[in-house]
Amino acid sequence: MIEFISQPWPWYVAGPLIGIVVPALFLLGGKQFGISENLRHVCAIIPNKVAFFQYNWKNGLWNMTLILGVVIGGWIGFTLLGNPDPVAISDATRADLTALGVTNFNGLVPSELFSWDNLLSGPGIILIVVGGFLVGFGSRYAGGCTSGHAISGLADLQLPSLIAVLGFFAGGLIATFFLLPMIL
Amino acid sequence: MKTNQQNSFGRLLPYLLIGVYFGIVFTKSEVISWFRIQEMFRFQSFHMYGIIGSAVVVAMISVQVIKRFKLKDMDGDDIVIPPKEMGSGTRYWLGGTIFGLGWALTGACPGPMFALVGNGVTVMLVTILAALAGTFTYGVLRPKLPH
Repeated sequence: MIEFISQPWPWYVAGPLIGIVVPALFLLGGKQFGISENLRHVCAIIPNKVAFFQYNWKNGLWNMTLILGVVIGGWIGFTLLGNPDPVAISDATRADLTALGVTNFNGLVPSELFSWDNLLSGPGIILIVVGGFLVGFGSRYAGGCTSGHAISGLADLQLPSLIAVLGFFAGGLIATFFLLPMIL
Repeated sequence: MKTNQQNSFGRLLPYLLIGVYFGIVFTKSEVISWFRIQEMFRFQSFHMYGIIGSAVVVAMISVQVIKRFKLKDMDGDDIVIPPKEMGSGTRYWLGGTIFGLGWALTGACPGPMFALVGNGVTVMLVTILAALAGTFTYGVLRPKLPH
């Protein structure tokens, strides 16, 4: 059993395990699944005068508790159930990334790019800092991220969410095929 | 329900456990991997599409059941699912595209950023701080942006 759960989980196991959280949150306390709301809550905790952050962030404490759990779960998945092998991406992806200069395929992220040592290099600043800024800005502008739009929004058949998800892909394709070759 | 009752330890604990469960699923399914996100945007594997697609199908069926049978939550309150307002639609395509740029660069959307910190990729803390700065900037610019 431990051996089985230590392997990477296939999509048909992981997808339903993620999807079932949407009704679980509704039934537990009428809460809607949306992770990026937490970024807004933290901004609301910090004293400021911006109208968008003037609300009772304590109503979002359930969500911030959830995200704390995600950190703990990540640690458990890594230390207790960790898989020592490189992520089994397709040969085509490996070839493409090698052509871009990625050499180390161990771990969940390329350590040569996502490390403290690389933080202040040109690519490091763009991938780690600019990328994070765009995620934070874009998710709030769009009113949700992968969880809020791609999962709970599409699950509720919301047309705005479908438009947002198409936007996610448009942005992702631009970054993958135009920006990364320039940055790396 | 009052905020202080709502935030007692006993009421928050289930959310902590759901978060832990998520962190494990995110890690074991490798959706938090920059390599997997690259593979997705290059259309070179079904893995991420299968995960997102099957998650949506399971969530969709559940949400339709909740709506059809007007199910209540465990406090006996109605479950309200607010529709998203279309407005001009600008915020969805433009905000979505900006988010997508960041998603492909960092290889992580907001949930996976936190799971990666748990996985020992501590430099993601900087990404989270940058995401907070991005969120704050949106809050400041909000009145001037088309929505």
